[in-house]
Formats: sequence, C-alpha cells, structure tokens
Amino acid sequence: MLAAKTVMEQGIHVEGINFFTGFCVEGHTHAIREKDKAKPKRNNSLWVAEQLGIKLHIVDVIEEYKNVLINPKHGYGQHMNPCLDCKIFMVNKAKQWIAENDFDFIITGEVIGQRPMSQRKATMPIVAKESGADDLLLRPLCAKNLPATLPEREGWVDREKLHDITGRSRKPQMAMAEQFGIDEYSQPAGGCCFLTDKNYSAKLVDLWKARDNKNYELDDVMLLKVGRHIRPQPNFKLIVAREEGEGRFLQGYKKDYISMACVSHSGPLVLIDGSPSAEDLYLAASITARFGQGRDAEQVDISILSKDGSERTIQVAPMKTEAMPKEWYI
Amino acid sequence: MIKETLNARRLLCPLPVIRTQDKVKQLQAGDRLEVICTDPGVMQDIPAWCRINGHKVLETISGDHEYIIILEVGA
Ligand code: SF4
Repeated sequence: MLAAKTVMEQGIHVEGINFFTGFCVEGHTHAIREKDKAKPKRNNSLWVAEQLGIKLHIVDVIEEYKNVLINPKHGYGQHMNPCLDCKIFMVNKAKQWIAENDFDFIITGEVIGQRPMSQRKATMPIVAKESGADDLLLRPLCAKNLPATLPEREGWVDREKLHDITGRSRKPQMAMAEQFGIDEYSQPAGGCCFLTDKNYSAKLVDLWKARDNKNYELDDVMLLKVGRHIRPQPNFKLIVAREEGEGRFLQGYKKDYISMACVSHSGPLVLIDGSPSAEDLYLAASITARFGQGRDAEQVDISILSKDGSERTIQVAPMKTEAMPKEWYI
Repeated sequence: MIKETLNARRLLCPLPVIRTQDKVKQLQAGDRLEVICTDPGVMQDIPAWCRINGHKVLETISGDHEYIIILEVGA
C-alpha cells in the first residue's frame, strides 16, 4: 500500500495485482465458521485498492502455484511456506502481466530485512533475477539501499523521493502511513497465507505422506482449513465438522467423499478421506459417535453415505475419549 | 434484462470475484450479470470490486445461505 502510494505521489499510474494461490487466508475462512460471521468480511487487497483509488486485478494461479509449493528450489521457510520461490513466481507472473497489459515496470512493498527468509538483502537480487524482471522490479520502500533500477535510471521515477527502510521494525511504515493520511494501515506481519501456519502445514504434510505424493487439488487444500482432522490409520482420515457452519460447508463434499453422521442422536457431519476398508468404517463410525450427543450412550446409530449415494446405518459403541491417542489428531 | 447468470455456488472468496471479473471481460458495457454465490463474503467483495473497476451493483439479495448480486458492466 505504501509502496504504491509512494510511486503514485510522483504522478505515476498504478494498478494492483493480487495472486490467488489457494492458500490465502482471507476469503475462504470467513465463509465457513459460524463464529467468524461477526467479523468483517472484507478482502484486504480490494480494500487497499479502494483506499488508493486504483484498479485491482485478481489472478487465479492455483494450478501453476502447485509446482512452486511442491518443488521449491529454495526450500521452505519455518513451515511449508516456500516464500522465496513464491516471490520469484509472482514477480515473474507480474512481468508477464505488464507485458500483456502495456505497463512499464513492477513495484512491490518488500523491505530489506523485514522477513527472515525472503526479504534479506541477499534475496532481493535473486527475486529480480530469477523472476526475469531484473531491473524492471522497483521496491520503493527500500530502493535507496539497492542499485538503481531502470525506472530510476530513465527518470520515470525520482529516486530521491523513494525510501531507505530496512529491518523488522514497522515504525517507519507507520510514520509514512500517518504522513499519507492513511489511518487504517493494513499490512499483516505474515499471516495472510495458510502455509505459514504450523497446524495447517502439519495437515498438508500429513496429506502428502498419506497419499505418498505431493499432488493436491483445490478441494484438498480447502478442506485442510475446515474441521478437526483425525487419522486413526494411514489409509484414511476423518474430517469432523466443529460447528454448524463447517457442517454446511462439508455438506457440499458429500458426493466426493464417504460421509457419516449420527442418526440416533445429534452430532457433526464427518467426511472420510482415503480408502477405508469395511472394518475401518466401523472404527470411523465409533469416532464419529464420540463427537456427537450420544458419546456416553452404549450404542448409537451412524449412517454412512457412499459417494454413489447409497446409504446404510450401522450400530456402534462410541469411542471413549481416553481411547483416542493424541497422535490421531493432525 | 439480465444477459448472463454466473453460478459461483460453493466457491469461496476471492474465487467468486475472480469468476465475476473473468465473465465481465466477455461482456459489453451496459450488460447485466447475475452472480449466485454461497459465500457471504461476496456481499462485501463483489461490490468493492465493482466500485474499484467502474461497474455498478444494481441489486443484492440475501437468501437462505445464498447470495445474489446483479451488476451492470461499466464502460
Ligand atoms: S507467506 Fe505465502 S504468499 Fe507470502 S511469500 Fe510466503 S508462501 Fe508466498
């Protein structure tokens, strides 16, 4: 936001690009959980674009991003976040976009030293070089600490009016925001991407391990954001809705997964991912029963809906909480 | 008159916005598009996207877990 504003102040026309990888935090989550309904549901990029009075282009990169996440040349960060490869990928996409849409150069809000892995001084030229953007990539917030780029050398941008921010402190940005009269300054310190989340990353690694490969579909990564995930056996896991909103969301997947619910008592909808045997389904049913109102009953009725729409009901004893090993919870 | 209807049910934001954006690209100024969604986030996101990009929201309807937005493509 501040990078765009800095350049716009010089009379330069700016438009925003937002890449949707499938792992962006805002968006999906608020649709799912009931308890999140009260929170504001705005999309941050749209909001920023509106504050700046610029157009925003949201680009779906779900398919192409798979290769970035599956084979990151520069490895992962603290969790499953391939930040450096991700930046290279996005800047490269931006480079293609400006060529197709007749724009002259790219700006990003990167600051040297702000993020431990991807915003070190050493990584700045890597992003520029490996993305192919080279000196078409300008970082207005720390440009003075970097070699002059084409827009600066050509005089399209006045380098003197750019900044020299470094380090993790956000104070200079706060001061700049105040100077620009931006009172609600939106720049989350990480946390806009599920791949930086420890629990989410653990579920992703579990999924890859269970399938013995790293391929995924959008539905897989969406479902990792929803419910409790319980893996009692390597060949299947349960996704248990934690509340009504999640239950409603999981309903949409009943054609693609085996699903279960308690019919003799109230209880959550559960999806089964993997290839469970007939015996495994009994185990899954007793776990499903554990999360319903019938958890203390001797026996409950669980209905099992297959992907082909056929339904049957079985009787099981709910599993006792103490009988469920902690390692089952992903 | 509504020219096209976009089914964005089950998609979570920002996908309904992306699909709307892609559909609008194929339409002409003045055309009306109806977008049907299940993510309540669209009630903020699609109007915001329209404001930014010069399109007009004519009507928003909140139903039983379904949200409909009718917009008119700008020039
Ligand atoms: S946090 Fe996520 S979106 Fe951001 S650079 Fe890292 S991997 Fe990419």
